[in-house]
Amino acid sequence: MDVTFTIRRYQPEVRDDPYYEDFEFEAEPTDRVLDCLNHIKWQIDGTLAMRRSCQTGICGSDAMRINGQNRLACKTLLQDVGSEVTIEPLMGYAVIKDLVVDMDPFFDQFRRVKPFMMNEGSDPERERVQSQEERERFDDTTKCILCAACTTSCPVFWSDEDYVGPAAIVQAHRFIFDSRDDGTAERLRILDDAEGVWKCRTVFNCTKACPRDIEVTKAIAEVKQAAMWGRV
Amino acid sequence: MSERRVGGGHRRPGSGGFERWAWFFMRISGVALLGLAVFHLLWMHFAIGVDNIDFQTVVRRWSNPLWRLYDFALLAFALGHGLNGLRTVIDEYVESPGWKLGVKTAAALIGFLVGAAGFYVIFTFDVPVS
Repeated sequence: MDVTFTIRRYQPEVRDDPYYEDFEFEAEPTDRVLDCLNHIKWQIDGTLAMRRSCQTGICGSDAMRINGQNRLACKTLLQDVGSEVTIEPLMGYAVIKDLVVDMDPFFDQFRRVKPFMMNEGSDPERERVQSQEERERFDDTTKCILCAACTTSCPVFWSDEDYVGPAAIVQAHRFIFDSRDDGTAERLRILDDAEGVWKCRTVFNCTKACPRDIEVTKAIAEVKQAAMWGRV
Repeated sequence: MSERRVGGGHRRPGSGGFERWAWFFMRISGVALLGLAVFHLLWMHFAIGVDNIDFQTVVRRWSNPLWRLYDFALLAFALGHGLNGLRTVIDEYVESPGWKLGVKTAAALIGFLVGAAGFYVIFTFDVPVS
């Protein structure tokens, strides 16, 4: 099939303003958007800048706006988006070049919720036993790959870069509801803030954007309940 | 599944506390308004009928203190819910701190005047049923 990719380019060393550039070529309906971008970069224009690593939907590097929706290029088939595809960088972060955005603020918010196991007291002598029900409690939020598709689809984040954002709350949820973790009170204290969970307006963009099908808005609501009543 | 109590200390003063209770108020007032406003609408449109509403309708309605309490609740929840919604909209759409303070002050002032006028009328209205 003949396809046209319209890509939002930003090449600061060549020109100051961003612009859209069309690329026309042949591709299979079963090709992924990432295959097409690779084709453009390798065969048509080597200056195209983008991030991708594992190319199998695990590393979360190639989140971008595909026809206006945040998706992973490696998990999106051409037949699902049509022959005319518009590719743009994620919204809300400064664009460094073409599809590459500055992810530092994203990982600053990620670090803010202390996304690691916290242990108070002495180390146990054997592994921390957890029932299937206890593991199930936070199973959904363990699927996050930190691609930033949720945070950069959130209109609250677009208007307030200090908002901790759905991705960081998902990471906090993963530990808050983990029976083995001792940092729940501290994380809730961090998120019980004007720039924390209360900024969420339940828009559901994050849930729709998540390429891992995490129920992000539900996770945020559970953290709100925990912060409201002080129990999980 | 058992519930775990979270260790104390997260009830701290500060912006998080206000935002937490503002969020909670929006939930409570939202549910309350759903009942209050819908019943108000049904009552005025079907029980009384829009063509029959006149000054005497208000006089008869407010001769019962329970109706005054009902209208007080409707005003308090609607005003609080609306003003808090406006506050969050201003927070998100007005970027300059100066303008933000100005617009918020104006909204609070208008809200206070509307509320004061409403409460004054509800509680001082004294016209005998003719």
